[in-house]
Amino acid sequence: MSGPALHLAVEIDGDGAHPAAWRRAAHSPDQLLTPRRVAQVAAIAENAGFTLITLDDGVLPPGASPDPVGRIGAVERAAFVAASTSTIGIAPVVPVTYAEPFHVSSQLASLDHISAGRAGWVVAEEERPEAARAWGRPLVADADARARESRDGVEVARALWDSWEDDAVIRSVATSRYLDRERLHYIDFTGDTYAVKGPAIVPRPPQGQLVVLGRPDRVPAAQLDVALVEGRDLASVATAAARTAAPHVFAEVEVALDTPEATAAERLADLEQHAPWTDRGRLRHIGSADQLVALLGDLRRHVDGVRLRPLVLDEDLAVLSRLVLPALSERRLVARPLPGTSLRSTLGLERPANRFAAAALATQEDAR
Amino acid sequence: MTRTDPLDVPRPHARLHFGVFFQGVNHWTIWSAPDSGSQIDPASFRQVAQTAERGLFDAFFLGEGLRLREVDGRIHDLDVAGRPDAITQLAALAAVTRRIGLVSTSNSTFNEPADLARRLSGLDLLSEGRAGWNVVTTDNAWTGANFRRGGYLDHADRYRRAEEFLTVARALWDGWEDGAVADSAGAPAWSAPGAVHQVRHQGPQFDVDLAPTLPRSAQGHPVIFQAGDSGEGRDFAARNADVIFSAHGNDFDDALAFADDIRRRLRAVGRPDDDLRILPGTEIILGATEEEAQEKKHWIRLQQVTPATALGIAGLLWGIDLSDRDADGPLPEEDPVVTENDGSFGARRIADPRAVVAEWRAKAQAYGWSLRETVIALGPQRGHVGTPSGLADKFAHFVRHGAIDGFNVTPYLIPDGLDDIVDLLVPELQERGIYRTEYTGPTLRENLGLRAPLTHRSAPDRRQAG
Repeated sequence: MSGPALHLAVEIDGDGAHPAAWRRAAHSPDQLLTPRRVAQVAAIAENAGFTLITLDDGVLPPGASPDPVGRIGAVERAAFVAASTSTIGIAPVVPVTYAEPFHVSSQLASLDHISAGRAGWVVAEEERPEAARAWGRPLVADADARARESRDGVEVARALWDSWEDDAVIRSVATSRYLDRERLHYIDFTGDTYAVKGPAIVPRPPQGQLVVLGRPDRVPAAQLDVALVEGRDLASVATAAARTAAPHVFAEVEVALDTPEATAAERLADLEQHAPWTDRGRLRHIGSADQLVALLGDLRRHVDGVRLRPLVLDEDLAVLSRLVLPALSERRLVARPLPGTSLRSTLGLERPANRFAAAALATQEDAR
Repeated sequence: MTRTDPLDVPRPHARLHFGVFFQGVNHWTIWSAPDSGSQIDPASFRQVAQTAERGLFDAFFLGEGLRLREVDGRIHDLDVAGRPDAITQLAALAAVTRRIGLVSTSNSTFNEPADLARRLSGLDLLSEGRAGWNVVTTDNAWTGANFRRGGYLDHADRYRRAEEFLTVARALWDGWEDGAVADSAGAPAWSAPGAVHQVRHQGPQFDVDLAPTLPRSAQGHPVIFQAGDSGEGRDFAARNADVIFSAHGNDFDDALAFADDIRRRLRAVGRPDDDLRILPGTEIILGATEEEAQEKKHWIRLQQVTPATALGIAGLLWGIDLSDRDADGPLPEEDPVVTENDGSFGARRIADPRAVVAEWRAKAQAYGWSLRETVIALGPQRGHVGTPSGLADKFAHFVRHGAIDGFNVTPYLIPDGLDDIVDLLVPELQERGIYRTEYTGPTLRENLGLRAPLTHRSAPDRRQAG
């Protein structure tokens, strides 16, 4: 087969996409919030050949009792995982509805340094009013206002990543200057609700800009590297993908796979006794590995990648790594990230020029 | 320094604790030396942390920056700058270290408790009980320009906010009962009913209402560090902290006076007077002989205080741009310009420039010093210089007399700056019985010999370390 490879991402928060996934996990519940568990899942995903893992997050508990109510922060997990993996991309989910964009920008830039250029950011929103009470901030009530916070937060983070030019650290022994202050820039962002001065405290990330993923209806396409689109069937995914102006489009796909012990339908039925798997309007595959391979082959005609949300990580990730990724790899439908490669390079995205350096260059040219 | 009889001292069995402070900013880190490595490469952080762990240090510290330093409205370009977010970097180090504590400097003014307490809990769980929080405060609008809240917090309010911040953070850390999470997938619920408590806090600074999302780690709470030296800061530490950083570790009498003051303040708030560990920041310069160590110190000072740095420091003192002067010439003849605000941010502020300049002039004249020599000689006298054996004796004296509990070492070189301390000084300390030969336990709290977190003291508690 020809054509570019499909990029596969996998969401690895908690025990899986189903709220009751913990009941089928291979470990006891009190092992979920441990470093060993965090490292183990990432290692499995890396060995399987995924391009990217994402880690869901938010200030509120991930679910309500009787299901898991605990979760370690995604940036902390991502940094921990970055130090224990070597090739896979790592993208924490970070909402900026209430968070400080300056901190978020620093955290994500640091993650890119720590991972040697393997970091991404899934932009999300804190939708529930309880999140405002948790943060102790005024409620950002409606969808438009939340979209504004997302837009401004991404704008600030991206501007701060450029606020150090790549070569701002000059270490000039002759002049005693560690920095060239001409290559550092105030961003002077002023939005509707706040202003940020800059520059960043973290030098420009290795990738220049992290790979930013988000929903195209929430974040302007110009701010996204990867649009995450949803649709219940192939046709609606294709329509959503075609409408998106972002450089890359990934489809959200929920999967429950047949295992040697039980069919996907049986596994799902078992969990549905405890809680429903809420329909979020996403493509959902419940069935065999072969069928999933075929579905991904079809999706490849419409999107650049797929983010898989496995029903139960301990069960589905095993099938994905034993059957699905090898089959796709054999047909050259997916490519395994190579050691020493940035997430941007793996995705075929260019390393962006620095906006301030570009502006300085343009000014120089004008002056000629 | 003569050796004292180990038993004829107030604390014959005291142990010295070491932390390492990866400085991040300022001119004490020599970036111009050929063997000075990257200040941002994760390998630098890993090497320093792993070397410290090899040397059985208690903790690895990171500072925090919330705005790049400026002098007179221009970004300061002479010193090291540019560093990672502390908790993010430490979470990565949790994966590549096993016993050393990981301490983040995090500001209570420009963070929110729900967010920061959660991030610290995450670090504490990922490191299995090795997290610490160095609580710092800011009151200036200059830093606020990078944050949603913007603006200014009254000076007096910064510690009030810090204290209320800690109250909320501790409530969040205590929000889960121990053993809240089921140990079997067959349990009726993931967490025991009622074992996770909603935290509702309404106070002058914070109005927070949430269900915390994390259990406590093996050490109960992240260890609390405090670094302010004012009376207010010391009182804050006495009420809240487990460890205090100080600038009083150079001179024995000064260190002892500080320690006695802290012990007095601890008793005043009803805490045992050995409840806080006192770890002054210090630089340690070693040589095979006294003479060699002094020569090395001289070389280090010249690298740290370059002509441009000397002029920059003097410029701050005089309130005049001196960058075009000759650092190796005499002191400027002008009187210092005294203004309300010295125009520098994140750099040091000088309370009474006229008096300092008068002292500089007198000393420079008496000893025939150039401006640069004056800056070096009269700048902060940091650290300890000597042979491993000589310094081990000196430190034994300090710690056994209760002047300090250890040092927070600031290496002048990254990433190799700890090597000789670990390889040469630590064995001497061990020989004198004032330094551990293995880690006390898996958690930072245990290694520092601390009691249970302050909010856990009343109940009989298995975490009580004694």
